[in-house]
Amino acid sequence: MSETFQLDGEDIPFAPGQTVLQAALSAGHYIPHLCYHPEFKPHGSCKVCTVKIGNRTAASCTMPAQAGLEIESNTEEMNALRRTLVQMLFAEGNHFCPSCEKSGNCELQALGSDLGVMTAGFRHFYPNRPVDASHPDILLDFNRCILCELCVRASCEVDEKCVFALSGRGITKHLVVNATSGKLADTDIALTDKAMQVCPVGVIIKKRVGFAVPIGERRYDQRPISAQALDDAPRPPSGSGVCQACEE
Amino acid sequence: MPRLDLSPTDLESILLRYGSDPTNLLQILREIQEFHGWIPPAVIDSLSQSLSLPRGHIEGVVGFYSFLHAEPIGQFRLLFSDNITDRMLGNQDLLEYLCNKLWLERGHVSEDGLASVDTTSCTGLCDQGPALLANGYAIPRLTRQRLDQIVELVLQKVPVTQWPSEMFLIEDNIRRSDILLGNNMQPGDALRAAIAQVCVPGSAVEAAANQRSWREGIPSVELCAPLSTLEEIKRSNLRGRGGAGFTTGLKWEACRNAADEPRYVVCNADEGEPGTFKDRVLLTAQANLLFEGMTICAYAIKAKHGFLYLRGEYRYLLETLNAVLEARRSANLLGNGILGQAEFDFDIKIHLGAGAYVCGEESALIESLEGKRGIPRNRPPYPVTHGYLQKPTTVNNVETFCAAALVALNGGDWYRRIGTTKSAGTKILSVSGDCARPGIYEYPFGVTVRQVLADCGAENTLAVQISGPSGVCIGADEFDRRIAFEDLATAGAFMVFDESRDMFEVARNFAHFFAHESCGFCTPCRVGTAMLKATMDKIAAGHGTQYDLAEIDQLNRILLQSAHCGLGHTACNPTLDTLKRFRPTYERRLKSLDFEPAFDLDGALATARRMTGRDDAGAHLSMETAEPLAAPPPDESGVLLARTES
Repeated sequence: MSETFQLDGEDIPFAPGQTVLQAALSAGHYIPHLCYHPEFKPHGSCKVCTVKIGNRTAASCTMPAQAGLEIESNTEEMNALRRTLVQMLFAEGNHFCPSCEKSGNCELQALGSDLGVMTAGFRHFYPNRPVDASHPDILLDFNRCILCELCVRASCEVDEKCVFALSGRGITKHLVVNATSGKLADTDIALTDKAMQVCPVGVIIKKRVGFAVPIGERRYDQRPISAQALDDAPRPPSGSGVCQACEE
Repeated sequence: MPRLDLSPTDLESILLRYGSDPTNLLQILREIQEFHGWIPPAVIDSLSQSLSLPRGHIEGVVGFYSFLHAEPIGQFRLLFSDNITDRMLGNQDLLEYLCNKLWLERGHVSEDGLASVDTTSCTGLCDQGPALLANGYAIPRLTRQRLDQIVELVLQKVPVTQWPSEMFLIEDNIRRSDILLGNNMQPGDALRAAIAQVCVPGSAVEAAANQRSWREGIPSVELCAPLSTLEEIKRSNLRGRGGAGFTTGLKWEACRNAADEPRYVVCNADEGEPGTFKDRVLLTAQANLLFEGMTICAYAIKAKHGFLYLRGEYRYLLETLNAVLEARRSANLLGNGILGQAEFDFDIKIHLGAGAYVCGEESALIESLEGKRGIPRNRPPYPVTHGYLQKPTTVNNVETFCAAALVALNGGDWYRRIGTTKSAGTKILSVSGDCARPGIYEYPFGVTVRQVLADCGAENTLAVQISGPSGVCIGADEFDRRIAFEDLATAGAFMVFDESRDMFEVARNFAHFFAHESCGFCTPCRVGTAMLKATMDKIAAGHGTQYDLAEIDQLNRILLQSAHCGLGHTACNPTLDTLKRFRPTYERRLKSLDFEPAFDLDGALATARRMTGRDDAGAHLSMETAEPLAAPPPDESGVLLARTES
């Protein structure tokens, strides 16, 4: 095999069927990303992994790798774009890092820090998103949701429960819970579910275990998110890859 | 009128008609909505059981489409079309009038649960606005008298289906016809011409037929006619009329070449681009030509199933179109063995949309056809290889299929001689706005904007918005430009603004439109369109600064670089076009040329003032902000855009 494309001037080998982001991460080259997860099929909604190919731009997580591509990623232009996208996410939700249990383990925060985001840069939307504390063991804080759909995918494809789904559209798009009451307590979610592990921000929180690891010793306190490329290299999916119930 | 009860048997009969097939979810929900007026939680639960779909998935579909409601919206739902052309005809004044008459607040159901009034995106009646949808049925040419009549009917609880039929009379307003609107083809003519073709010995088509015969396992003599049809479409240089202008023959050929089966033919009649209504007229006046074109396509690409995706706003056309399909089945122009051809089986189903502009994007349309939220797909793969249910699918616009039928009848050479070198054939324009004769105009490609303006009786024209909000806005110095793919490509909208109009308000209306219609899938469009809307509102309220104009530039850059589909890519166009050509209309609204915070300290005290009933100087932070704004007031008053009757 071993056809290659160029990423910022370096040769990246790829396997057939890999996307640009998957190939880059497998080779230990980091492209910033948020909604991508190594165990799931990329769907390309956050657009943070956008790269430049000639005069075009494309989300690298969904773009099929092709021999001979010349891709620019770590440039001021692309990083400025990513910075703005991250700022948009901060402005869209209600993110109060100092009081968030996920601080230090949060990918949005880590990415913002890496990209040099100092302020949201835009007016905040301050949406009204009540929390769901109905479940005895799990808290849902929708204020922090960045609509990456990872919990939706994990719950459908791995847990085969479809506890989460998306409703609404545009700026009113939001996460919903698969119950007539709309409450998490009325679903069959379990602490051991894959959906419990994939939230890149602090929406899905285990109750009564807050701050078990002190601030300062958390994942992204140890080393920046950009140094963890290989951790995000694609690995075999833990589920079927499709949602039987939704996709048939 | 919606029933108050939806019995289990009612639900069963709807499910039965759709074979309890999850791909029909949207159609099932739409019928429940029409029958019952809303979709109660218990119905979602029961659908979840019958269709074996997670309830959250169904809730997600209900939440995506504007015309589906998970909460009661009253027995009468009255939605004013809110395109800029409706505004120019005074729809906001009429909306307020209706709300007052019905004693209700816009966007809220009346206390007795009888009615609700709100706005909706352009309903495609720009040449006979202002318009509204009454429980989904279009009523054009609104006046206060007409609204009085509607109020009476609502208060007497007369079902919308029993309202006087003259209220629903929609005109075609065909002002200029050419080969398409003026054709006198009889149903089946084009199909008979296509089937009659034979291979000329030694021709390229014969060679192709021989080659494919082996690959497709069909005798080459049987391939001559369909491949000749494909060849004629290619030869005609016909390009897609939905706006993007992809060569139709190449699309059909790629679909035929796709190995997988079955193949599908889909007609995109989700004419959502504000200011566009030519497909509505084609569906009314040329339905046979359209279905003939789709059948020609099925013949050329060897498809057995077709869909017409009809926008929800054109619900009123459904019965008529189904009758045309039925007549064609009786005439052996649809169904099995069409015109006696053994292997030629094809039929067409109509799917209705439910209020989502983004479903005009072909991959979102396919998702919607499959009964899902209308989110544009990642591409590649493209619909020609992985479309409906991941099978090869050809999606074309209504006008494209109509033109294809004419090509099949008269030949590719005949067609390519019309228009310009790069843009063969004719284009149908939907002309609306400030002109004496709004309506439908068909021209050979290459016509100048000036010519169209003269023909429709436009005077003192300030600007023309070509191809709707996602198109381009041009000023008077550009009226010699031509309607053609190589100059002004258009899906058909042609909105005229005269010198009395404020182009800032035009752009602001379009910014609201994009924010309302963004599907919300990708970050840049979901957040960016909402930010653009907020920025335009900030400028309108007199709080804008140079900083905000710079922010619009930044948003545009982000959307162009990273949005998932064309909606996001074009969302800033109207603002940038008007900013470039009519900058003073923005600048006279700017409060200061320096930074001005979005947070309005004095405005934050408004609630306290309302609660205490005070509005004196002492209840304001400073006199400066208490004074009426120097800039024009926000358009809620309607004074800026509505013309005063004199």
